[in-house]
Amino acid sequence: MTLEQAATRDLAIPPSQIAETGWGWGQVARWLVVVGIIVGVLLPFIPLAVWSFSHRWYFPALIPTQWSMRAWHYVFSPGSQVPKALGYSTVIALVVTLLSILIGIPAGRAMGLHRFRGKTLVEFLILAPTIVPTIAVAMGIHVAFIKYGLADTLLGVILVHLIPVTPYMVMIMSSVFANYDPEYEEQARTLGANPVRTFIYVTFPAILPGIVVGGLFSFIISWSQYVLTLLIGGGRVITLPLLLFSFAGSGDNPITAALSIVFVAPAVIFLIVTSRYLTGENAAIGGFGKI
Amino acid sequence: MIALWRERLRIPLMLSPALAVILVLFMSGLVLGMMQSVGYLPIIGRYEVTLDAYRKIFSREDFYRSLSLTVWIGFASTVLSTILAIICAMTLRQTFRGKRWVTFIFQLNIPIPHIVGAIGILFLFSQSGFLARLAYVAHIINEPSDFPALIYDRYAIGIILEYLWKTTCFTGVIVLAVLQSIGEDYEDLARTLGASRWQSFRYVVLPLIMPGILSSSILVFAFTFGAFEIPYLLGQRYPSALPVLAFRNYTDVDLNARPDAMAMSVFIAVVITVLIFIYMKITRTYLRE
Repeated sequence: MTLEQAATRDLAIPPSQIAETGWGWGQVARWLVVVGIIVGVLLPFIPLAVWSFSHRWYFPALIPTQWSMRAWHYVFSPGSQVPKALGYSTVIALVVTLLSILIGIPAGRAMGLHRFRGKTLVEFLILAPTIVPTIAVAMGIHVAFIKYGLADTLLGVILVHLIPVTPYMVMIMSSVFANYDPEYEEQARTLGANPVRTFIYVTFPAILPGIVVGGLFSFIISWSQYVLTLLIGGGRVITLPLLLFSFAGSGDNPITAALSIVFVAPAVIFLIVTSRYLTGENAAIGGFGKI
Repeated sequence: MIALWRERLRIPLMLSPALAVILVLFMSGLVLGMMQSVGYLPIIGRYEVTLDAYRKIFSREDFYRSLSLTVWIGFASTVLSTILAIICAMTLRQTFRGKRWVTFIFQLNIPIPHIVGAIGILFLFSQSGFLARLAYVAHIINEPSDFPALIYDRYAIGIILEYLWKTTCFTGVIVLAVLQSIGEDYEDLARTLGASRWQSFRYVVLPLIMPGILSSSILVFAFTFGAFEIPYLLGQRYPSALPVLAFRNYTDVDLNARPDAMAMSVFIAVVITVLIFIYMKITRTYLRE
């Protein structure tokens, strides 16, 4: 008889479940933590929602004394800076996502399916940007971007966004390929499919879920960049976070709040699409540490 | 022969786009930063190599004040969020009604950008913010200035609160995953052998989740030590967090401040790299035991 069997021999119910019955200090502590989680996570969102519809809301009123849709009208009016910033943010994030997929698929395949010399070094290099602060890299490379005419341009901003995005895309694709069986490709090839058709009909469908998750990840990371865009875009490429910062600094709370809500929209979509992937077992969750 | 070469070049070719990003953009950015920190700035006609910028920042009072503030922000955020994350994960592991919803809420702010969290914290905790209004209604304060300064304050409370808000969930989700993969058998065994709740946590559960806690808290420290946005938005002007000081020096109209800015950013990157190496060393010996 093992120790474990001996320990549970006389107990029909494991102790962890015995603790579940009745109201003890354990239950009180649990409900305190649960209430703490709900209040703690949701509380910062509440003033955002209320401020975006307010017109006059001076201290010490608990709710606005005058409501208005001014902030929302401003956010969606064609004359404001918002549609342009929204356009910049969307185009940059989409192109960065597309490029990161093209970079991530072959690299992820090499990392996930193959063993080769220097793999640890490659792994270390690819993960390095997740740890080194973006500001150090952005300040360093700015000089080169000025020299090659990439500073203050859309292309420059897109290129520099690839730095924070690439490690996560490669990590996600590498974990996808680690669970991928290349045998199917062999079979397609022996049945006469050329490499392009093999990729389209065999490889691509198999890795598509990984591409979707990784793509959403890349989009949100690019969408959330501030300091890289500020330095390399030089105030010419105004994305949504740049606009948000300038409104937050100007003290126009209703517009700051409405912009914040627009700004979190992709994250909400992401949550709805991937809530079942967000379990923490996915190594790529580390990416959210830096957003 | 050609086929053999193609086979040999396959993996380097597959890796080349990713490595191009890392080497051409990331690494060259770091190297260029280092070059500029030693005064090599061809753009303003400076070619000599000197350690003046480092000498200068290490004699600047505002550098030390920024450094100690940044270390404080990093440590306070990391330690507090790790403790909170363990408490949350230990609770969410149990079975109870509504567990699924609470777990969903716990993960809710993980993809929310830090900037939005910062604005929420600003609206909540400023001296005319929502909590100050509640305190007024409850007759605790009479005017906004009676409410303690938690934003733009000396102790960077607002910044730490924002980091806690995001990173508790981040670390918590990782710890929860580790806990679920361990199961409850070991703990049950310890309890039946007479261990108290605290003992079974301290001597059974904690050592098992330690690697997960260490790796996520080092990521949190590295982030909170080097991040720019939140201290820029919620911090006081002087002393500011080190990345903000570096940024201000960089964007200074006086180009002579640039090597200082570069030296500071290289310093930040070196501190974080050293920490990571120490951490890797610790986890390796830890895992060997």
